[in-house]
Amino acid sequence: MKKEKILISGNEAIGEGAIQAGCFFYAGYPITPQNELTAYMAKRMLQEKRIFIQAESEVSAINMVLGASSCGFRAMTSSSSPGISLKQEGISYLAACQLPAVIVNIMRAGPGLGNVFPAQSDYFQATKGGGHGDYHSIVLAPSNIQEAFDFMFLAFDLADKYRNPVMILGDGILGQMMEPLRLSVVSGQLSDRYNLKTKNRKLKAKSWALTGCKKRSPHIIRSLYLKQKEIEELNLLLQKKYKTIKQKESRWQEVDIEDAKVIMVAYGTMARIAKGVVKKLREKNKKIGLIRPITLWPFPQRVFERICQRRIIFLVIEMSYGQMLEDVKLAVEGRAKVEFLGRGGGGIPKEQEILHKIESLKI
Amino acid sequence: MAKIKIDKERCKGCLLCVNFCPHGLVKKGFQLNKRGINYVEFLDKDNACLGCMQCAIICPDACIEVYR
Amino acid sequence: MKKIFKHPQSLRKVSTHYCAGCGHGIAHRLIAEVVDELNIREKVIGVAPVGCAVVAYDYWNFDCCEAAHGRALAVATGIKRCRPQNIVFTYQGDGDLAAIGTNETIHAANRGENLTAIFINNAVYGMTGGQMAPTTLIGQKTATTPYGREANYHGWPLKISEILALLKGVVYVERVSLHAPLEVLKAKRAIKQAFFNQIEKRGFSLVEILSPCPTYWQMSPKEALDWIKEVMTKEFPLGRIK
Repeated sequence: MKKEKILISGNEAIGEGAIQAGCFFYAGYPITPQNELTAYMAKRMLQEKRIFIQAESEVSAINMVLGASSCGFRAMTSSSSPGISLKQEGISYLAACQLPAVIVNIMRAGPGLGNVFPAQSDYFQATKGGGHGDYHSIVLAPSNIQEAFDFMFLAFDLADKYRNPVMILGDGILGQMMEPLRLSVVSGQLSDRYNLKTKNRKLKAKSWALTGCKKRSPHIIRSLYLKQKEIEELNLLLQKKYKTIKQKESRWQEVDIEDAKVIMVAYGTMARIAKGVVKKLREKNKKIGLIRPITLWPFPQRVFERICQRRIIFLVIEMSYGQMLEDVKLAVEGRAKVEFLGRGGGGIPKEQEILHKIESLKI
Repeated sequence: MAKIKIDKERCKGCLLCVNFCPHGLVKKGFQLNKRGINYVEFLDKDNACLGCMQCAIICPDACIEVYR
Repeated sequence: MKKIFKHPQSLRKVSTHYCAGCGHGIAHRLIAEVVDELNIREKVIGVAPVGCAVVAYDYWNFDCCEAAHGRALAVATGIKRCRPQNIVFTYQGDGDLAAIGTNETIHAANRGENLTAIFINNAVYGMTGGQMAPTTLIGQKTATTPYGREANYHGWPLKISEILALLKGVVYVERVSLHAPLEVLKAKRAIKQAFFNQIEKRGFSLVEILSPCPTYWQMSPKEALDWIKEVMTKEFPLGRIK
């Protein structure tokens, strides 16, 4: 196995991660700032003799993914905010049909067409369902290029395990930025860090997939249940699944939180900046820490439940106007003070702004 | 010599078979099936049925089978 | 006596939810007969639409996937590209294929996807209560054209089959009707051809079927068939288009 590091952009790292994780089908549609991913897949999927399709729209792309997934293949699509809005129809159907799929959202500034600058303003849409109906996608938020690559394995595994859509939520910075990437996936390291199990292993055939009804009764992939009782049963089944996911799949990273008086909460690109702040203030012996949710849904409530025993202030920092803030408040349940610093529309809270905010908390 | 068999429980009484039978051998019945529909009946006293299958071909509910 | 017309194996022996005299039942049976005759029941994958035929998978006796409204050909594309060894077809109504799904339809056809599309044209939205369809005729009254469809207000009936025939990826388009037993047999022959094309890996095939909707045309089943013959075929002429 190759051990060398390569310099690669986040978009391309996601593509390579997907390919190595066994993605067989990709359908996409151009939108900035994720175009490098679509172009990378166009090149690499054909090299691997897999399927790449440039669809006629985001709506079509997600429904092609639904088709590919329904017949048992690992399938993904990617887009950026306005395109992800269009995909919500398909994501709702995937959730209802209990089909695995991976959807990558390299967020840009909104609302509307907004612009191509990075943002985190699709947090609500990603974590609260996004489309119609009572459902959730599992949402993973990588914060560097290595994670962008590694999380693709996790994303496909979780999708298959729970037969549920999984979203990778990054932003334009993560997509465009280049960093060294260790391509060789050393199983020990990955397993340790993210409790991963996929490792160039042969993927199991899916017993529910549409393959033609040879020597078995027909399979049906459906989301329509005309009787009230049936659709309620489907919803109860989904809720049971979501409960299991909440219990088992919450992931987060803690940085210096045990003795901290102020704990920042930030994810993705924002967490990188927050990490720099922790480092700077710790050098000055300030008791500051960071919680970085890795799964945005399920939101890592447990860590807040543990930490709330002490008198602390949480400072939620986002590239949006108070979206994750609501989940932090729900997790804290009034047991601690929750402060907020956020900028949207392509603006990013700078290190200086964060330092200034922390200073104003007067601890 | 031919005959048809009608699955009376699945018949919806649309009467298309009645309209297309060249010998008028299929008729609207007077009995109701479990769904409360006047299903059609096959009456062929003179063995006139040729087994042309027109009734079965036009039946929207696939409830006619033909024997010849 | 020998059974010369039997219930196809690919069609479940259940009562459908369709109204009396509805053409969907005939079209379902024709597809089932073709699947049986081509001996492909164990490798066919159907994609059901949104509309009256949404639960077609409850009636066919083979693998099926449901698609969101208009997306059947996108879903079918995903399936067929991953499983070229399977025979994949969509079954779509006029609203599904020619209104909300026009984009998916035209592009799947233009890519020359090796698929079979069965297009049921009954000039009305049935499932939702008889609203205007893209194929509703001029003057036809529906729930949303209570005074009749007017060309300069609602536009003209959309001839999607003729549009698709222009595309290079499309190998076969035929318009058939269910208005009489002989026409039903012609429809079956066209469906068989469309499946055969896929088996032979020729590209995209579509069969448009003029189909009765007695309920929302407010006619008896027989009157509905006569209306297809006398009125609908004037706007939508039968025969092979490509």
